[in-house]
Order: sequence, then C-alpha cells, then structure tokens
Amino acid sequence: MKSRRQFMSESAIAASSLAFPLVGGAQAKSVKVGIIHPVTGALAYSGQQCREGALMAIEDVNKAGGIKSLGGAKLEALLGDAQSTPQGGSAEVEKMNEAGVSAIVGAFASAICLATTQTAAKYNLPHIVDVGVADQIVERGLKNTFRFGPGYKKCAEIAVANLHVLNTAAGKPAKTIMIIHEESLFGTGTANLLTRELPGYGYDVKEVIKHPNPSRDFSNIVLRMKQINPDIVIPANYYNEYALLVRTMQQQKVVPKAIYSVLGGAASSYKFVKEYAEAANGIIDCNHWFNPKDKKAQELKKRAEAKGLYFSYELFMSYTATKLLAQAIEEAKSADRAAIIDALNKTKFSDHIMPYGQTQFVNGQNMGAQPLMTQVIKGDIKVIIPRDYREAEPIFPLNA
Amino acid sequence: MKDLKAIALFASVVACVPLFVHSGVILNLCMMALFATLLSQSWNILGGFGGQFSFGHALFFGMGAYTQGVLQIQFGLNPWVCLLLSLGSSALLGLLVGGLSFRYGLKGSYFALITLAFAEVFRILSLSTNLTGAGVGLMLPLSESMGNMQFSSREGFIWLILFWVVCALLITSWLKHSRLGAYLQAVRDNEDAAQALGVDPFQVKWIACALSASLMGVAGAFYLQVFQYIDPSLAFGPHTSISALVGAIVGGMGTLWGPILGAFALEILSEVTRNMFGQLPGINMVIYGSLLILIMVFLPRGFAGIRLFNRPKATDTAHPSGSIGVTAMGKEGEADPSTRDALRRQGSETPPSLNSTKVQS
Amino acid sequence: MFDLSIVFSSVLNGLTMGAVYTLIALGLTLIYGVLHIINFAHGASLMVALYGVYFLKVKLGIDPYLALPIVVPSMFVLGYFLQKIIINHASHGKDENILLVTLGVSIVLENLALLSFNSDTRNIEIGYTLTTVAVGPAMIALPRLLSCLGALVVSLMLIIFMKKTDLGKAIRAVAKEKAGARLMGIDVEHVYAMCFGIGLSCLGAAACFLLPAFYVNPTVGNGFVLVAFTIVVLGGMGSFLGACVGGLLIGVIESVGGLFLGDSLGQVGIFVIFILVLLVRPQGLFGAKA
Repeated sequence: MKSRRQFMSESAIAASSLAFPLVGGAQAKSVKVGIIHPVTGALAYSGQQCREGALMAIEDVNKAGGIKSLGGAKLEALLGDAQSTPQGGSAEVEKMNEAGVSAIVGAFASAICLATTQTAAKYNLPHIVDVGVADQIVERGLKNTFRFGPGYKKCAEIAVANLHVLNTAAGKPAKTIMIIHEESLFGTGTANLLTRELPGYGYDVKEVIKHPNPSRDFSNIVLRMKQINPDIVIPANYYNEYALLVRTMQQQKVVPKAIYSVLGGAASSYKFVKEYAEAANGIIDCNHWFNPKDKKAQELKKRAEAKGLYFSYELFMSYTATKLLAQAIEEAKSADRAAIIDALNKTKFSDHIMPYGQTQFVNGQNMGAQPLMTQVIKGDIKVIIPRDYREAEPIFPLNA
Repeated sequence: MKDLKAIALFASVVACVPLFVHSGVILNLCMMALFATLLSQSWNILGGFGGQFSFGHALFFGMGAYTQGVLQIQFGLNPWVCLLLSLGSSALLGLLVGGLSFRYGLKGSYFALITLAFAEVFRILSLSTNLTGAGVGLMLPLSESMGNMQFSSREGFIWLILFWVVCALLITSWLKHSRLGAYLQAVRDNEDAAQALGVDPFQVKWIACALSASLMGVAGAFYLQVFQYIDPSLAFGPHTSISALVGAIVGGMGTLWGPILGAFALEILSEVTRNMFGQLPGINMVIYGSLLILIMVFLPRGFAGIRLFNRPKATDTAHPSGSIGVTAMGKEGEADPSTRDALRRQGSETPPSLNSTKVQS
Repeated sequence: MFDLSIVFSSVLNGLTMGAVYTLIALGLTLIYGVLHIINFAHGASLMVALYGVYFLKVKLGIDPYLALPIVVPSMFVLGYFLQKIIINHASHGKDENILLVTLGVSIVLENLALLSFNSDTRNIEIGYTLTTVAVGPAMIALPRLLSCLGALVVSLMLIIFMKKTDLGKAIRAVAKEKAGARLMGIDVEHVYAMCFGIGLSCLGAAACFLLPAFYVNPTVGNGFVLVAFTIVVLGGMGSFLGACVGGLLIGVIESVGGLFLGDSLGQVGIFVIFILVLLVRPQGLFGAKA
C-alpha cells in the first residue's frame, strides 16, 4: 500500500519493522492522529467502543472535507493497543511519537491515561483524554493534556447536589444512604468524594461497601442492604458488577426508594436496559451523556446502532474528543504540535453533541463539562436534570 | 573470569545504546526489556538455581513499589534512599515468607502456591488500607530531576535499570561459582542427598529467597519511578509474577544469560506481534501464546539451551535431571553429575562436616 | 451485629456458591492430582465451556441444563486432544515447560474468544433465572440451588467412577506410581489424556450450572482460578471428597467473611486459610500424606 511505504520511510529504523495499522486514505497531505485504547485485556470492551467512536469521528471529518485550513488534508488514524496496562499505553505513545503523529486521543482508563499523557508530555505531544475521570490526570501541570469531559470530582458534586434537589422536591423522603463501589481507582475515588459531600447536605451514609473487580457474587452485599435498609443505594462500578448487583437486588426483592448511581457502569447503558428491562427500571444515573435535544446526536446514535454497536458513553465521549482535536487542528491551521496545544487552550469548540456549557480549557480541563442525570423510564433512558435538557419528569422516590 | 568479562562487555554495550540511539521507541523497548530482565533474573535465582518455583513473585515486586511510594509520599524521603529501603523491605519480606515456607518444609507446587497466596493476601490488604492509597493507588507527583529519580527521557532510567541488571548478573555469576551457589544447586537437584552431604537446605534456600526478593523489590521501586503510579493489581497481580517466570524459563533456567535472552526475546516478540494485525484486537496475543507453546516444543531448555549460545560446562547446570520440584514433594532421581562435580570442586580439601549448619562461602 | 437470619442466608449463599466452586475444583484436582500439572488453562477452559453453553442457548435454544449431555462430552474431547496433542508433546515431560505450555494455551484460548466473540459480556435470560426458593428465612436463587444438586451428583459420579471402573483404577494407579503402572501395561499417555478430558468435562458441567446465574466474556475464567487452586489444596490433591468439602467450606468462608469484613477484605479469609493449610497440613483435609 502506498501509504504504508510512505510512512515507513518517514519513521525511525525500529518502527519500520513494526507496521502500524493505517486507517483512512493517506494522500499527499494528511495529519496523523494517534488513537490509543485498551482493546485487549480486561478493558477490551470499553477500549473497543472508544476506538469505534474515534474512527467514526475521523470518518465524519474526512467526509466533510478534511481540515479545510490545511487545504482539505485528511485525518489519518494510527491505532494503538494499550493492552489494559499503563506500560502498554506508554509504549504505544512512544511508537506514535516516532511515527510522527500530531496528537493523541485516548486512553479511556484513568490509570492508563496517567501514563500516556506523561509520556506524551516528553515530546510536547498534545493528548486529549477521552474518558479518564480521575482528577489527577489534569492536576499535574502537564501542558499537553486536555480533557473535554468532566472529572469525578465534578460528577460527584453534581450528583450530590441534584440528589438533594430531587429529594427536597419530593418532600425529603430519603435520608439514609448505602454506597457500593468497585475497589479500584474509579470506584474508590468516587466513593471517597461522595462520602465527603453527602453529610454536608444532611444525608446519613450508613455504609460504604467495597467489592472486588471482577466480582462473582453480590448476595452478601444485598443481604446487608436488607439489614440496613437504606433509602438510597448508590452504586459506582463497571458494567458486569452493576448488572449482577441490580439483578441480585431484584431477585432478593430489595427495593430502595431510589437507585442513584454516580458514573454507574450500566445505569445509563442501552445494553443494560435492553437486557434487564425490569431490573433497570427507574434507575437514576449521573453520568456522561449526550445532548438529547441535538439531532446530530440522534443521528450518530442511529449510525452506531446500524453498525451493531451500543451507543455507550465510551463511544460518544471518544467521538467528541476526536472532533475536538479536528477543530483544534483546523484552528491551529497547522499540524504542528505546539500550535495544536495553543489552539486547544484557546478553542471555543461548539460543534459537538455534548450538553456542555461554553468550552473553556483551564489547566487542561474543560470548565464547561458536566455530567447529566438520567433515569430509565419505560425501557428508555431519559434525561431528567438539568432542565435545559430534560426529556421526562423524574420519578423520585420510586415508590412511596 | 570469563563471566566477568562478558558481563562488562554486555554492560558497556547496553550503556552506550542511549548515547547513539535516539529513537524513543527503541529506548523504551530497551528499558522495558531490561526491566523484564531484572524480573526474570531475580526469579531465576530462586527458581532456576534454587529449584523453588515461585508463582507469586509479584509479592516482592509490590512490596518494593509500595515501600518506594509510601516513604516518598507519606514521609517525604528522597527516592534514592527509598530505593535502598525498598530493597531492604523486600529482602525482609523474602526472609519472612521464605523462612516460613521452608521451615515448614514446603517444596515444589506447594511452595509455588503459597507464594501465590501471599501475593493475593498482600494485594487485598493494600486494597484495604489507606496507607497504600487503598483502591486509588499511589501517584508520584511529577517533578523531573536526577535527585528525584525522575528522568525526562528514558536514558536515565535505562542506566538505572542497567545498573541493577548488572548487579543481578554479578550475583548470579557469583552463585554459579561459589560454594553457596553449589550448595543451592545441589539442594535443587536432590535436597535429601545434599542434606546427607552436610548442606543445610533451609539456610541455603532462605538466603536465595532473600536475594531474589530484594532484586524484585528494586524492580518494583523502579516501575513506580517510571510510571509514577502503582495500584494493588499492578503491584501484586499475576501479570508481573508470570512475566518473571516466563522470561526465566523461556530463556533457560539456572543459567547466567538465560533470563536476559528470554526477557529480551519476549519483549520484542510482544512488540512485534502487537501491531502486526492491529485491526483485529486479540490476534497478537494469540500469536504470542502460540509462539510460547512452540518455543517450549522446540527449545525445551530455553534459549540458553541452544548449543550456539552455551557450551554446557561442568558447573553449568542448565538442565538438572529429574526433580524440578514441581512434581510430588521430595525426592526423585539422583544428584545430577554436574552438581556432584561442583560440590567436589568447591569443597575439595575438607569434606563438609556432617554436622555443620553454617555455610561458608 | 447481624440478624441471625442474615447470617443464615449468608451461609446458605456460601454453600450454593461453593457448589459451583466444587464443580470447577473437581476437574482441577483430578488433573493436578494425577498429572501433577498446575493447569494455567483451567480458567480459560471454563470460559470456553461457558461460551458453548451460551451459544447453544442463543442459537439453538437449548436450555443450559438440557445442554449438559452436549457440553460435557464436547469438553471431554477438547481436553483429551489438548493434552494428547499439545501439552504432552510440547512439554517433553518437564514440569516447568508444562506450566508455560498451559499458560500459552490459556492466552491463546482467551484471545481467540476475544477475536471470535469480541469483548461483550453476554447473559442468557431464562424464565426461571430470577425465581427464588425460600429456605427458612433465606431466599435462594433457583439456579444456585440446582447447581448445588448438580455438584453433588457429579461428585458422586466421579467418586464411583474412580472406585469401580477399570479406567478409574488405572488413573489411580498412574497417580500413585507411574512407572509401575506402565510396567503393568497401562497406557500412561492415554490415561493422562483421559484425565485431562474428564477434568475439562467437569468444567463443562460447571458451566451449564453457572451461566444462568452469571455471565460470560473472554476474561471470565480468571476470577475462578485462584479460588479453585485454594480448594484443591485445601481438600487434598487428587481427592474428590476433598474438593467437595473444600469447595463448600471455601464458599461459606468467602460468604461469611464477606459479610463481616466486606467483600473485598473478606477474600483475605480464603487465602489466609490457604496459607495456614499449606503450612500446617499440606496434604489438605483428605489428601494422603506424601
């Protein structure tokens, strides 16, 4: 293939023996973009969803004429596999750097993002974090790191504030809370934040339970739930465990006043709602979500589903991050790394499907980012808060 | 000695690599290969030379990593000091675990499994205590400087890890030629016979365990410095334990250069396969796994067993006959003739006293 | 601290989960006890069996319990050929090589699954997966109760098999004294392969009972491997009774430990027991003293 030979002659000696999978027709002018995700190993599903999202974005940009300020140069994706470890991601960044990419989008998991952004920083290579919610990612003072979506501190704050709003509006029926979280970075971090915030609003966190990842069984946790009988259950875990938990609750006939998740793995997942319609009913989630009123979002959803993919957060977050990059390159009028970083710092990117405020990067974090509150109502996921994006009235509590 | 010359040559060649090669990819690969080498070398000391297979070597790796992290973050100690303390803490853990296991006479698969169990226990404990950051793990604040053991490019790290790889090489070479090493290999080949000849198996295995553990601890501390993040699964998970033993076995257990060959080969293999068919995730690992099996079919003694690399000498016990210890506990087969040779060579003048419990080396 | 009914439910849950563990451990103890192989591929094999059960249900509509007569023999065939063709030849009889070969097999299996079925987690929905049966104050899920039954039946069958049939006796002979068995005319390679086959067919049975209450994805096997090894050692290498008792015991310890210490820390209980058994009574509860 012409493109392969071309890029090989540009790369260093080592890279020549390590062929990169190239996607997107390379022409005389193209901008190389590194797309790194954990597509094998424990995080394979999420990694693959992210990759699909990024590829769809690149497809869209190229179809719309590429980077116009660079004479229609097309985006060329170099795909990398982080193999679900930080060192895997780091090695891929090295390769991409050598292959001459202008920027990186990735790497889904916070632990991997910590490593990839750092390695990229060595070469002043702009790195857009697509999901990675750990706040430390953007708090290290790295000039090359940008995150468009919210971190978990923001998510936790909003979740707690909104819980209070819902509760107050319903006459304050809920007081006691039980948090169930997965044991690693994401779950523990979220749980810590919630435990700190909730008492301030007058809630009583009766218990915080941690569970292994992966977890085989939730019977004990549900038993404790039965004993403690909290008004609200807050899960923060990944898809498999979330599904098992909710199924077990349904089995044991434990029905709290609300299941209120924060970055719940399955709560706002079409896959989950489809497979467990009954158990999913009424679950509220504070999570990454697209703007439901945006037609483009609905179109994207249809396209993804036509490909047999679920329209999950990994997909649209990664899609958006890649579109952001394209915009930055457009505004930078150059494929130069420093120029792109500069453009990212200044950009007011608005051509996206996310329900965010004005785009403004401060220390690499987009201040306009926010999660949304969704609820599963009648077998579909509807946005309930904030009002601007509301699709349905929240049902709280689930039952009196 | 011939070995020392070879080690010096190896060290100088590798040390020069960062000076002449500027490709980030190659430097990173070099660093990761050296890192994998250190893991395999440390496993090799206990497993290859000592015949005690450990499946949970990550136990010591994690200990080193967390010591390095906790002392820096919670107590503000200098990373270089922490490195030595990590070495110390893993050595102590090695003494503890080894002492316990060997005192109770655990061998073969039982020893293998108890190390696995210890690794899991530590993983769960580090997940549950705030000192180690619990599930969130430990993050080293970014501050690049030599004093902070954080280098902006891979060069510094390569030289750092190379230093320790050379240390491991020297220790391994010493084991090959010293009396303690001979005793260790004798115990590996036939513990009862060795004991009958006056060797104290417990002491010998115990020391090997501590040596092995300390190197592993250094590797752990190194990992933290490079990637600036550690969590319970990275620290104590099976991934690291497996890397350690795979490199040593594929390369050739009980040899000086085996672990290096094995680790380098596997790193390169993993890099090459990773991007061969990038569009189909998983296929690279299928190839990696198949190649692992094929290597075992065609190179049962590992790379070091290839005639080209190693002319077996009297003291080179690359393939001890009979018991590797993974089969039923205890005795099987006779002492390998090369071990008898080694014993004879080391303690030729005065036969070791039957009652001696101290090992002079 | 906790209601008695809660503790009781926890114990019962532990027993039912333990039954599944037993099924998984039965195969492992056979392989380990006879071939002295630490089979790294055990978890991946379970995963293969789970996918088998999954697709039988989804493509052919066969209920997992009815799929037993299909899955169990298929897994047997898989095990037989795996041992005879790959493991036997690749390892040249050396133990550390067997380790790496089974490791290689597990990597290959896991990633073939990833390639073929992608990383989605899949579940099956059967009408009765959510039904619960009241046992005293506890509500036990029906699939779990059935797996208890299944574990008992399978264990019994295995024990009878080993005692009464010729093959069973041959297996026991090879386990005790390989060279002597060979001298008596027993085809040791064939026995090894049969053992491996039987070991994997136990996994087949485990999969049929496990899937209704669980899920399948390429990495699902990894979560069970360590627990399985613990049970094998606790019960005694090569002892089916030991695997049964060990499985149930571990299930209860895990469950009750999880109740009092939290699910994460509760796992520690399993491994501490493991370590203590290894130190104090390495032959396990029912194993023969070496």
